[in-house]
Amino acid sequence: MILLSYNSPYDPGKSFVVPWDLPPSQEHLFGTTSRGQDLFWWLTFAVRNSLFLGVLTAIISRIIAILIGLTAGYRGGWLDRVLMSLNDTFVVLPLLPILILLGFLLRDRMNLFYLAVILGLFGWPFDARLIRSQVLSLKERSFTRTAVYSGTSAFWITINEHLPFVLPIVFATTINNILWSIGMEVTLSVLGLSDLTTPTLGTALFWANQHGALVAGVWWWIAAPALVTIVLFLGLYLLFTSINEFIDPRTRLRLIGG
Amino acid sequence: MRKFILKYLIPRIIQFLTIIFVGITVTYIIPRLAPTDPVEAQISTMMAMGSSLDPASIESMRAALTDLYGLSGSPVEQYFTFWGRLLRGDLGPSLDNFPTPVSKMIGQALPYTLRLLIPAVIISFIFGNLFGAMSSYYPKNKALKVIEVLGQVVRSIPYYIVAIVLLVTFSYFIPIFPFSGAYPIGTRPDWSSLEFILKNLEHAVLPAATLILVGFGGWFVGMKSLTSNIISEDYVVYVETAGLSKNRILIHYIIRTAILPQFTALAMVLGTVFSGALIMEVVFGYPGIGSLAIRAIYSNDYSMIMGITIYSIIGVAVAVFLMDLLYPLFDPRVRYQ
Repeated sequence: MILLSYNSPYDPGKSFVVPWDLPPSQEHLFGTTSRGQDLFWWLTFAVRNSLFLGVLTAIISRIIAILIGLTAGYRGGWLDRVLMSLNDTFVVLPLLPILILLGFLLRDRMNLFYLAVILGLFGWPFDARLIRSQVLSLKERSFTRTAVYSGTSAFWITINEHLPFVLPIVFATTINNILWSIGMEVTLSVLGLSDLTTPTLGTALFWANQHGALVAGVWWWIAAPALVTIVLFLGLYLLFTSINEFIDPRTRLRLIGG
Repeated sequence: MRKFILKYLIPRIIQFLTIIFVGITVTYIIPRLAPTDPVEAQISTMMAMGSSLDPASIESMRAALTDLYGLSGSPVEQYFTFWGRLLRGDLGPSLDNFPTPVSKMIGQALPYTLRLLIPAVIISFIFGNLFGAMSSYYPKNKALKVIEVLGQVVRSIPYYIVAIVLLVTFSYFIPIFPFSGAYPIGTRPDWSSLEFILKNLEHAVLPAATLILVGFGGWFVGMKSLTSNIISEDYVVYVETAGLSKNRILIHYIIRTAILPQFTALAMVLGTVFSGALIMEVVFGYPGIGSLAIRAIYSNDYSMIMGITIYSIIGVAVAVFLMDLLYPLFDPRVRYQ
């Protein structure tokens, strides 16, 4: 599985080495759009932008998740209960209607950066819970007690002693979060609620819909972005599962035949 | 019983109220943080539409809109008015279909969404869990492995893409299923005629299939990892040596034990699935809440979007709360506490 992930069809370097221009209406790999754009090169931009969005969202929500998870886990007590109750609330809130409302109000000002910040603010709760449960078990380990008895402050214990244990999970969930935010971006763009001039996977589909690509028989305009998205998601997902397996000591032992 | 209420029910009720409180507060804050003034935006849209009004009537319209959005008074006052109107169920009239109240339009669209959502969630939950448990109980079965990989693949892809792939494949290239809508164009909704119900089912197949396919993988993996420890437990080995049939062991001894965390997970993902259902409706032109939302987006119907947001938050919170109330029925430990 690990090997497979390195061979995953998705290659992040590719979109950076191609020339950044949009040759109009020339027959190319994915055909051209009704807007006179070469779909293949346009999609290279789209993938780059979508990934940028995903990574930025992931970073923002990771920071929140780590902070909340570590605090709730280490402090425990009422603070833990309040934070987790808030956390569960954010987990169950139906995000799409809220994002539609936000996107609707910000419509003209929405750009990729804002969108990433907004998604980042909503994308943390699942992982905060995961980190918290990890910290809860770390707290019972003897090294934490040693640190407490030797007078280390709570802040340094969490940063120095607990954070390194938590980071592998954080890394694994990062990819999941990237997937999630790209998916959200696709959804919002298709509804016409993001910055439609920036090429992303979502806006590609939006413009295709706007021009009635299916009705006009320009099926590749929809098929190409959909295909690219599927390949991108598959690649990232495989990477995620293999990292997960690598982090989990049980499966790692099984893999090396232990 | 008293202990049950204190230990189980009260925290659940508090959680339920927290969800609604946080959700509604978020929807209250968002429009006020937005750099655009909804009232001015609305008026400028109207002006752009070519309606020529004298300054006095614009002024009175501005006052009416400010009142409609609950923007008069100090922020604290506004917050209380907002709640007050909400508790009375008054979400204002739809700006697009003036003066039909938002609540009424949502009420009409909601049954379509629920008819699609509830069966889809239940089917994907049952099949995902069943196949997940089977795949860890019969680890050598090739067909189950194929199903697992497929489920994983589809699960990682966003709803919209899955929907569009299904739509293009089964309505465009191989036209078996209708292209959009919930019933053929030109027919009137008539829930007493069998023919109409069948037509409606036919239109619901693709959207429901999308929801089921995407949901399936998650339940599958969850169940597989939950059961992977259980199959080697002593009691399973015991009933195996006792000679019970494999199916009986699987359903009564393995799934029965492992299903509980899955119910909790079901409550957790309801919000996400609901969002997915909205997208589904947009792709397939199915006349539920999702289609209502997209029409509202295109026609700048602010109060409709606000209403949909609030209703979805309350709806999901109620669903989660009901799940929590039903949970003791499945978990004897909570019941006998």
